[in-house]
Amino acid sequence: MSVDHTTVRRIAHLARIALDEADVPQMGEELNAILTFVEQLNEVDVEGVEPMSSVVPMRLRLRDDAVTEGGNVAAVIGNAPRSEDGFFVVPKVVE
Amino acid sequence: MTDLTTFTLAEARDALRARTISATELTQAHVEAVAKARALNAFLLETPERALADAARSDDRLARGEAGPLEGIPLGIKDLFCTAGVRTTAGSRILGEFTPPYESTVTAQLWRDGAVMLGKLNNDEFAMGSSNETSAFGPVVSPWRRAHPSVDARPPHAGSDEVGRVAFAAYDDTKLVPGGSSGGSAAAVAARLCLGATATDTGGSIRQPAAFTGTVGIKPTYGRCSRWGTVAFASSLDQAGPIARTVRDCAILLGSMSGFDPKDSTSVDRAVPDFEAAVSRGVKGLRIGIPKEYRLPGTPDEIAALWDQGAAWLREAGAEIVEVSLPHTRYALPAYYIVAPAEASSNLARYDGVRYGIRVPGRDVASQYEATRAEGFGREVKRRIMIGTYVLSAGYYDAYYVRAQRIRTLIKRDFEEAYAAGIDAILTPATPSSAFAIGEKASADPVEMYLNDVFTVTVNMAGLPGIAVPAGLDSRGLPLGLQLIGRPFDEETLFAAGAAIEAAAGRTVLPDAWW
Repeated sequence: MSVDHTTVRRIAHLARIALDEADVPQMGEELNAILTFVEQLNEVDVEGVEPMSSVVPMRLRLRDDAVTEGGNVAAVIGNAPRSEDGFFVVPKVVE
Repeated sequence: MTDLTTFTLAEARDALRARTISATELTQAHVEAVAKARALNAFLLETPERALADAARSDDRLARGEAGPLEGIPLGIKDLFCTAGVRTTAGSRILGEFTPPYESTVTAQLWRDGAVMLGKLNNDEFAMGSSNETSAFGPVVSPWRRAHPSVDARPPHAGSDEVGRVAFAAYDDTKLVPGGSSGGSAAAVAARLCLGATATDTGGSIRQPAAFTGTVGIKPTYGRCSRWGTVAFASSLDQAGPIARTVRDCAILLGSMSGFDPKDSTSVDRAVPDFEAAVSRGVKGLRIGIPKEYRLPGTPDEIAALWDQGAAWLREAGAEIVEVSLPHTRYALPAYYIVAPAEASSNLARYDGVRYGIRVPGRDVASQYEATRAEGFGREVKRRIMIGTYVLSAGYYDAYYVRAQRIRTLIKRDFEEAYAAGIDAILTPATPSSAFAIGEKASADPVEMYLNDVFTVTVNMAGLPGIAVPAGLDSRGLPLGLQLIGRPFDEETLFAAGAAIEAAAGRTVLPDAWW
């Protein structure tokens, strides 16, 4: 399978990465080089093989549904590019 | 007075406990070495005040006889580990001046045990790379240089005391990569800027740079070290581990870095063995597997010869060498380049310019995300996020991602069958070549760089422990390493067998400071 320029633009949008129109051809070439490389996986007979879900056999632990810590507003927003009154500030989302 | 930066970690620990040196003088010597080595670009952030304050505390504890296992030992920390109050970048521009309000579990355990922090080490952006050239802060320069082609750099005979002791008349001044993604860690340890360093390994990022720099690096079993507070790349593959100058030093560091952590849901609740004790266990009676599928066409003769030499050393030390078959080996790298980018595309979705890092304004929230990520991520990271997004997208998920995870099951099964047949560990080359020059692989085809990890990536796909140990120099005087792959949670056998190779090969003589 190979990706065309429309697909490159669509993937970039899905990945939320702005891609300059001038960069589309080269990115497409690079993605196709990787997709060609992984094509050899089609040779393998995977009939009846379970996809791996955990590399070490383990049961996912559940923790108690309890408050472990809190009240750290200053630490939580301390690295925010913009914040106000203990909130993260983003451009208007709802019209 | 002896140069305090030439100690191994174990020697420094013993000298500190015997009070023949102080933590402050040991740290001061390393702080000075770091400041003199800026041309290597190994450190992204130096923390000399913190280091000297840590050392003063260590001297107090040493005086009171309350020394921890790493008391007063100066370490470098890969900039993928969050350090409370100390800027953490993951080698990326997108995190800006991010200063974590918390400490990663692995580093917290090092400080608990008395270690001293010298600073944060350069790495490939989000650990995506095999040469440290994808770092937003520029490449790391290896302390190693090629001998001039007119000089015969080959050691007189491997296994003698002379290995690595050849004085080269002339060096080529081409700057070489230290490998990656833990390139800063490997370069700093090889250049004697620190006694050991933390590193992480998703496809070979500890073992490949260790092999390129004549240092020792171990990736433990998945689940041995907590991933909490380490910047995530591919969560089902990522593991922390140490790089140091000897097998023993790695064993000491891994002992402190390991252990159950309820904050990481994939951390394994299992006692941490005495890794250092395993170093002197010997290899008598061990069955070491040689996987025939690792004899790749195009592997340089020197690598094949080194591998045979490694097997011979282990046999002479009392191990039995057995040929094994791992039939799905060749599919590990392509399957990795589906699984790892898929997980990365999901993990790196968090960098959106809202909660931390840089923000590039847009006309609405979606265009702000797109502009921020376009500006903040480098080319390799963007490419991997896009591949990951593609293989997870509707209509392709089964053909790519699910198929790759099925193949991963087969790769793991190959190892399980070898171990079930009585194999204790598997010996392979660590890398398909010695270190290459900065810029040498800057071709348009990213797959060429990916091939660096062909011998190491299987280990991550199967969640197994793997160690890289220096085993000799190539004809240009550059280090080559061998890899040992162990059973799950049997790092001890890797330390025992790694020490046998180290003893037979002779300690690598590291380059004198030219930087």
